[in-house]
Amino acid sequence: MNIMSSSISNSDTIAAHYVDEHRDDEASKLGMWLFLFTELILFGGLFLVYSIYRMMNPEAFAAGSFHLNVSIGAINTVVLITSSATVALSISALQFKKKRLTINLLLVTILFAFIFMVNKYFEWGHKFELGLFPGGDAFNALEGGERLFYVLYYFMTGLHGLHVIIGAALIAWVAWEVKVGKQTHDNFAFLENAGLYWHLVDLIWIFLFPLMYLIN
Amino acid sequence: MSTENHSHHIVSFATQLKVWIALLLLTWVTVTVAYFNFGNMGIVVALGVALVKSTIVLTYFMHLKFDSKILTAFLVLVIVIFGVFIGLTFFDYALR
Amino acid sequence: MQENHSTPSHVSFFEETGGRKGIFKWILTTDHKRIGLLYLYSIATFFIVGAALGVMMRLELMYPGQQFVKPATYNSLFTLHGVIMIFLFIIPGIPAVFGNIMLPILIGAKDVAFPRVNLLSWYLYVIGAIFALSTLVFGSGPADTGWTFYAPYSVNTETNVSMSVLAAFVLGFSSILTGLNFIVTIHRMRAPGMSWFKMPLFAWSLYATAWIQLLATPVIGITLLMIFAERFLGVGLFDPSLGGDPILYQHMFWIYSHPAVYVMVLPAMGVISEIVSTFAQRKIYGYRAIAYSSLAIAFIGYFVWGHHMFTSGMSGPARVIFSILTFLVAIPSAVKVFNWLATLYGGSINLKVPLLYALGFIFLFMIGGLTGLILGALATDVHLHDTVFVVGHFHYVMFGGTGFAFMAAIHYWFPKIYGINYNMRRAISSFWVLFVGFNVMYFPMMVVGVMGMPRRYFDYLPEFHVPNFIATIGSWILSVGLIMMIGNLIVAFRKPKRAVDNPWNGRTLEWTVATPPTLENFDVIPTITKGPYEYHEQ
Repeated sequence: MNIMSSSISNSDTIAAHYVDEHRDDEASKLGMWLFLFTELILFGGLFLVYSIYRMMNPEAFAAGSFHLNVSIGAINTVVLITSSATVALSISALQFKKKRLTINLLLVTILFAFIFMVNKYFEWGHKFELGLFPGGDAFNALEGGERLFYVLYYFMTGLHGLHVIIGAALIAWVAWEVKVGKQTHDNFAFLENAGLYWHLVDLIWIFLFPLMYLIN
Repeated sequence: MSTENHSHHIVSFATQLKVWIALLLLTWVTVTVAYFNFGNMGIVVALGVALVKSTIVLTYFMHLKFDSKILTAFLVLVIVIFGVFIGLTFFDYALR
Repeated sequence: MQENHSTPSHVSFFEETGGRKGIFKWILTTDHKRIGLLYLYSIATFFIVGAALGVMMRLELMYPGQQFVKPATYNSLFTLHGVIMIFLFIIPGIPAVFGNIMLPILIGAKDVAFPRVNLLSWYLYVIGAIFALSTLVFGSGPADTGWTFYAPYSVNTETNVSMSVLAAFVLGFSSILTGLNFIVTIHRMRAPGMSWFKMPLFAWSLYATAWIQLLATPVIGITLLMIFAERFLGVGLFDPSLGGDPILYQHMFWIYSHPAVYVMVLPAMGVISEIVSTFAQRKIYGYRAIAYSSLAIAFIGYFVWGHHMFTSGMSGPARVIFSILTFLVAIPSAVKVFNWLATLYGGSINLKVPLLYALGFIFLFMIGGLTGLILGALATDVHLHDTVFVVGHFHYVMFGGTGFAFMAAIHYWFPKIYGINYNMRRAISSFWVLFVGFNVMYFPMMVVGVMGMPRRYFDYLPEFHVPNFIATIGSWILSVGLIMMIGNLIVAFRKPKRAVDNPWNGRTLEWTVATPPTLENFDVIPTITKGPYEYHEQ
């Protein structure tokens, strides 16, 4: 059931003259973009908090950033960029009627999402071991600015991670729809829109990575 | 109520792969550039590269180049509004 | 309660059940008209709860000293009153009820773009409402922070802040989805020939409102999430001792909550434009100016939030900028008022109940707007901030404004939606009782606010007594008026009198469809050739 696909099939009616299925892919796409705008503003709010507190605590933020693992961050950036590529390729693949390839590309996308989350798990896990989580000893011992850095780090990457999971679930759903033939070379709005959502996840990380990991 | 279904062309595999390479390169730039000390300009450079990367993602992967111009117009509007949110808030904090 | 007033040629939407029986034909519907009515009935219910809380507050304030509630209880009263009135009544109000019922018909469409998302919006609304009201019955009682949930108190108080905040979060999601739906509907589903400038002004106002719902609400979403993080993890985002800044909370809260007031008022103004045109019996004066002014208000309205924070400790330059922008946003509102008056001046006045409410709106909104300018000026705001002058101001714009527009809309579209008439004379008396009660209740607040009485206090100095006493009497008159008005509409169903298709000789497209409308609104989607105000009987 595509909640975002605009189908004016009003199942309330039983009148015999009813004409079914006026599909409007442009409407679905516009609806998805509007939803993406809300996600941009949602994360934007956190970027706003980040920018204010970083301006007020430049050295503390740099100190906090120093303890983040740039390699894992960079690997995760590459992972997400590549997964964006695979999902974009899958749309072209479906339009070229290469159903098998489409599904494989989508599965690879999910695999990359999984890799991203595993990396995240290790990253966070390492910090938890050091006591650097809200409530932990090392965390409580931090000075104001550095505390704020870590709070924002967890909040922003955590919220982002949640969206990775949601995005992966959407991709899985779409892959199933391709498999059973509900998404085809001339009916692929859901695939496109799921792809858009996934790209948003990538976009947010493109900004998160330098702002979290690469403060000099 | 219309049933326009994708009169735009299909993005070739070649184009997608070129975009991917470009993004990888820019990621490499992002990391390398971080090790130089630009002082206060550091964040400007980092955000500048991120901006280029995101423009590429939006234009090609997210198809804005081939879609109705109104989507791009809306996106610009959203960015402007968000920019003013940050700008006006900075008016408070930076000038206290 | 619904009458089956189908005519031989038209089956009304009330009778199209999609094979469902009883309550399921309502709560599983995707018909925008039923969804609008679901919103109407839920909103009316919660409005009554909110109004009762208001009456209780006024009882406490009738005399100086403690009457019947403890100070902390009074704090919970005004908090819950605000949460209910703002999140459950005024923000969804006109868009969710009349936007849902009317928008597709106004643009010549069968339904909105995403009917199932529309139903989801209503489910989220009900869930949010249940969360909000549940705060009354468990734990330490409803939040006592004010509906603004300012940190650090909201982080530290034991009352049910988390549940209230969760309620607001869910309600915000409902609002976002409604806005999203309306934007796509207006872009994609206008009938052939209906260009943007052939759309009626109510549709324009819903469009501008939808953009605010879409872009501003996520900010409060993230802000409320941050309050959760503070309450459950003690992270210190707004705690000065841990490096945070409580004023940042205020910034983020008002970045949403100021645009939210334009969500409240823009659709109301759209309703007034329609009513003024119909009852002045001429097309609206300055159609394009009014359409553009809606967009201008929506846009500039994003940038004035700091005027709620003039005394919080913002920088001087910030205060000046916000004050200038605040004065700027008043201009497009004034444009509308001038155009309405110009329409009335050149028209042939048919003084029916909807126009009475519309005139009430114009008068009361003007007072609210002008007092808003007094608050928008830095020097005077320093004196008036956090006094009951502010309370008077926002009740004039929100209740005298949007509230009266809501009542105007009900009285205007009631015959079209239900196909029956209400008693006109009783409706007129109800209006006057309401109007008098409203002013007796809220005008004294301006007086006593200038004298210095603080808001959100359960008690006050003896010299503030007389206006407070008068205001409480006003609240009783107002309550009687509300009971009369609502009662009159309810009894209309008892011995229903059939309404004609276009009882007011309205000029917009919705008056040409069946009364009540059929399930798909139009037998055949029309091809539009006329202007927006040309559908009346010449």
